[in-house]
Amino acid sequence: MLDQDGIKMKSVESRCGWQWGLPVTFVFCTALLFAPISFAQQAKNSCLDCHSQLDPPLHVSPDEYTASIHAQKGVTCVTCHGGDPTTDDVDKSMSTAAGFKGHLERKQVPGFCAKCHADASYIRGFNPSLRTDQYAQYLTSVHGKLMAKGDTKVAVCIDCHGVHDIQPPNDPRARVYPTNVAQTCATCHADAEYMKGYKIPTDEFALYNTSVHHAALVDRGDLSAPTCVTCHGSHGAAPPGVASVENVCSTCHVFQAQLFDSGPHRNAFASLGVPGCITCHSNHGIQHPSDALIGTADGSVCVKCHSAGEPGFDAAAKMHESLAKLDSAIGRSDAILNRAELSGMEVGEAKLAQSEARDDLIKARVSIHAVQSDKVDQNVQAGLAVAQKTYQAGLAAMAERSYRRTGLFISLGITIIVLVGIALLIRRLESGSGN
Amino acid sequence: MGVAANIRRWLDERFGWSQLMAFVEHKTVPRHPFSYFYFLGGMTLFLFGLQVATGILLLLYYRPSPNEAFESVQYIMTQVRFGWLIRSIHSWGANVMILTAIAHMFSVFFLKSYRKPRELTWLSGMILLFLVLGFGFSGYLLPWNTLSVFATKVGTDIAGQVPIIGHWTLVFLRGGEDVTGATLTRFFGFHVAVLPGLVTLLIGFHLLLVQRFGMSVPPSVEADWKANPARVQEMRFFPNFFLRELMAWYIALAILGALAAFKPWELGAKADLFASAPPGIRPEWYFMFMFQTLKLLPAKVGPIAGDLLGVLGFGIAGAVWTLLPFLDHEKRGRGSRWIAGAGVFALAYFVGMTLVGYAAK
Amino acid sequence: MEYPDANRARPGVSDDPGRRHFLEVFLGTSVVASLVSFFYPVLRYLIPPVQAELASDTVLAGHVGDLKSNSGMIFRFGSRPGLLMLTPDGQYHAISAVCTHLGCTVQYRGDLHEVWCACHNGTYDISGRNISGPPPKPLESFDVFVKGQDIYVQRKKNA
Repeated sequence: MLDQDGIKMKSVESRCGWQWGLPVTFVFCTALLFAPISFAQQAKNSCLDCHSQLDPPLHVSPDEYTASIHAQKGVTCVTCHGGDPTTDDVDKSMSTAAGFKGHLERKQVPGFCAKCHADASYIRGFNPSLRTDQYAQYLTSVHGKLMAKGDTKVAVCIDCHGVHDIQPPNDPRARVYPTNVAQTCATCHADAEYMKGYKIPTDEFALYNTSVHHAALVDRGDLSAPTCVTCHGSHGAAPPGVASVENVCSTCHVFQAQLFDSGPHRNAFASLGVPGCITCHSNHGIQHPSDALIGTADGSVCVKCHSAGEPGFDAAAKMHESLAKLDSAIGRSDAILNRAELSGMEVGEAKLAQSEARDDLIKARVSIHAVQSDKVDQNVQAGLAVAQKTYQAGLAAMAERSYRRTGLFISLGITIIVLVGIALLIRRLESGSGN
Repeated sequence: MGVAANIRRWLDERFGWSQLMAFVEHKTVPRHPFSYFYFLGGMTLFLFGLQVATGILLLLYYRPSPNEAFESVQYIMTQVRFGWLIRSIHSWGANVMILTAIAHMFSVFFLKSYRKPRELTWLSGMILLFLVLGFGFSGYLLPWNTLSVFATKVGTDIAGQVPIIGHWTLVFLRGGEDVTGATLTRFFGFHVAVLPGLVTLLIGFHLLLVQRFGMSVPPSVEADWKANPARVQEMRFFPNFFLRELMAWYIALAILGALAAFKPWELGAKADLFASAPPGIRPEWYFMFMFQTLKLLPAKVGPIAGDLLGVLGFGIAGAVWTLLPFLDHEKRGRGSRWIAGAGVFALAYFVGMTLVGYAAK
Repeated sequence: MEYPDANRARPGVSDDPGRRHFLEVFLGTSVVASLVSFFYPVLRYLIPPVQAELASDTVLAGHVGDLKSNSGMIFRFGSRPGLLMLTPDGQYHAISAVCTHLGCTVQYRGDLHEVWCACHNGTYDISGRNISGPPPKPLESFDVFVKGQDIYVQRKKNA
């Protein structure tokens, strides 16, 4: 537009002046008028305006919806349901012309969610580390397989994740947050009426709530503790097969699995078709194990399979005896050290050494998974040696205490003699006098 | 002339030694059925001396900082030769001394020894009792274990309840708003410097007055002796009474030694200022009756807070008790019987509430 | 010892010089014995014990040369064990050795450059942060000071 001396520009400018100014202003003002409509997403959502006023099942809570991850990322009502959110006219907003899809059938839900969530390049635009194989996994799950056969009672995406209030799994408000998972699964799986006909127990939730895993997760807030999905999978949910149970448990309980594999139980269990781990510890209602679990008394798990006279029975008895021996030796040392300490004796070194004996007991208790009594004895013997030393230290401390008492009696004896002497002196001084 | 005689002459030329000795030689103690109570004062003095001696020994190893107080007491109990003995004697001795001080007070009360001319002896004695309780309270914090810290918290909280000056008192005692290391430093200062100084001065004054006025005799005995002068019986203080007192002191020391060997004073667990109070927290037995009273008072009595009423009540009772000699005028008669009755009530209340406090866990 | 006559109005045992002498010796010896029994403990008390310092917030954990590079050793910190490590870069690190899972004593693994608990396979890094396995909390870490040939470990001071 400019030549070297800028003459052409000037002439354009002088023409531009009012000729362009007015139309530009007019367009600008009109745009402003229509701005609210063009920013329909923030300002106008007729879907929410109506449905927040309706009763269930048509009710949608505006707070829950706006807080949900979908709303936060710009995935709105129309993304799933179609329609026109800019108008309050029901005929217009919920018309097929506007693309309104309405309520989805349950069996349509997984495939529908997968339209986005299985599209890796689409999801990458939101969260590159989010997985996109949930649908594929779902199809391998019990839920997915039954759904494919036409059973609509089984869980679909919205049953666990919610519909309009979806939060990411790491948000404590999410129904799939670790501490909430069990409750979410229990919505169906603990409902005996609902689960009639499926021929699976409905007491898992109740049992799980009594377990150490529940205590770790909910009471102690340890999010690494297992919940339903940890062992069963989430999208590909299915109970682990008999052969895989041990693999599942050993993701955390490494030592116990290694020891189990090194012992005779591995092949025995496999040949019986009996799963490892849960045969003795149960699957859902796992309790903190005690020494009573192993042995030959009532209440032990060994006698469930082994009877008197078998080598297994003898091994169980021996292992229990070893553990009990170390436990009582530690207890004996503790008792004498505490008594000595209460009397003011210095037993710090011995108490420190006691922790080593306790370590050995813990290791011994882990080593029983190899169900070989000599493996257990290795740890037990080490612990017994330490406990013996600490007991000796306790005895020495008590000897010191006796030394004190002896000293006291000696000085008491001298005191009594002095008292007798003074009494005699008083008698002598006052014999005969009125004093 | 022997060496002893030479020393005596040397002291006499400078300090009037023979006059002092003459006084001591002529000091007598009345003999009557209640004479045994005369031991209590001397016993308290002996125990105080023992506390000072064991306290000084403890000072050689104790460290008054929250990081080291507990550990230093543990060190004394376990590493220092006979440290357990010195520490336990000090802790038990404190309790026995407070017991004898309270017994001494009650015996003086019931034998009416506080009357003219001995009003100031009673007054100085009451102040000594409060100072001795202060010794107990401040010393209790020094081992810096859980019980110490929480008992101090509760005790200073109660002090803070006093109207008008309460909060200032609380901050002054604690060295801040809360019980912290600053409180420990402060209590240590009170325990080893301020209180010993005050108590020594007052004991000196108290003893001076006792020598000045001699031992008092209960009104009933006095009346009897007035009527029958032949019945007057006295014992020479030195050596007769003193030898008996010496026996009592040996017995007391033996008891403390036995307590130290058979029931050593516990170490407890190191105080954690951030932990919540353990259940069953209670003060030492000599404060228990007040603590229990406050626990039993309802939250509100009319418009006044229950705690406040309790604190004020004890304050007024304490003031009346301290000013007793100025309130008790008649020799005999109904007024004096009322006072005796009030004393019986006070003693019964003290013992009763203490027992209730321990029974009601 | 002189007593005025008023106290000896009647002749009796007090006039027997042998008995008197015996009583004096008896009383004197027993009083001296009692005083010895009181002052002997006091004198022993005054002599400082062998371990002069308290086991409080600072402790002598070992000496330079006790530890080889890339190894660890257990030392006593108060009444609990601590773990002193010398990492390949020549730095000393000290942490509590009481595993936060069930209290077993942990050890330094030179092959993993991590702290490991043999009881249930818990692992921590050398600052004590729990990185895998059952331990729910990190291990308390301490400051290490080297003074000459002595290695001191001290609890971290709170603000």
